[in-house]
Amino acid sequence: MRLLRQRDLQCQQAVELVTDYLEGALSRRQRRRFEAHMRSCPNCSAYLEQIQAVIATSGSITSDDLSPQARDDLTALYRRWRSDGPADDPPRERQE
Amino acid sequence: METDPELLERLRSGDEGAFVLLVERYEQPMLRFARSLVPSRAVAEEAVQDTWMGVVRGLERFEGRSSFKTWLFRILANRARSAGASEYRHLPMESGRAVNAASFDESGAWAAPVEPWGEQADARVDALTWAPALKTALDSLPERQRQVVLLRDVEGLSNAEVCDVLDITAGNQRILLHRGRNRLREALLAVMGED
Repeated sequence: MRLLRQRDLQCQQAVELVTDYLEGALSRRQRRRFEAHMRSCPNCSAYLEQIQAVIATSGSITSDDLSPQARDDLTALYRRWRSDGPADDPPRERQE
Repeated sequence: METDPELLERLRSGDEGAFVLLVERYEQPMLRFARSLVPSRAVAEEAVQDTWMGVVRGLERFEGRSSFKTWLFRILANRARSAGASEYRHLPMESGRAVNAASFDESGAWAAPVEPWGEQADARVDALTWAPALKTALDSLPERQRQVVLLRDVEGLSNAEVCDVLDITAGNQRILLHRGRNRLREALLAVMGED
């Protein structure tokens, strides 16, 4: 088990893996190491929770409502674009 | 609320009301993203308007292989690039750690305990309470980090969709996201420290 302990992550290494962990980019082995560190380290698990709170807060940001003026301007443009017909260079989806 | 595919179906048959609903849904998020791509508000507004024109005129080309939102943001990113947004796919990605080295001791362990936010006063755990501070911090992120955080965390695109819109690799996407989220965390920590 001594060998295993030597391979334990340090906190400074673990926090740099947080995004790869949350984005599902760690290998199974890396993920096991990361999760083992999180279980044994209250500081790093608090850090992980803070990052998750940041993500949740970002997701709660809302946009201002569109002004009636902006909406009307765009609607007027829409009528013009429709009457002009299709463009020469329509956007394409990427071919995978 | 009608889904994007439903509105697109109506738009294909020339329904102006569907266009207005899509504009109400996406104009402000597009403008926010455009502001992270180009330096001036006027250029951003122009790129957004060009994008709507691209949607109206190119609608027949959209086959739904990607989500409408991803398609929309990708057209916008392309328009912004042709309007002078910096090309960055070939720029070297800065390496190094995102979390301040001063937070750790010589052994790589935390120098001071990390306080869980969840155990602080109730008002502070409310994401809505933090949103204004986070919005300010987001505006001051370096542009590439801001673009990735906006698309991934604010708009909720998948990591593959973010790479598609910004034309970056998955690895670079995660580096930028990691740095951006860390900066936002530091900004929220600073706000809490002011109370």
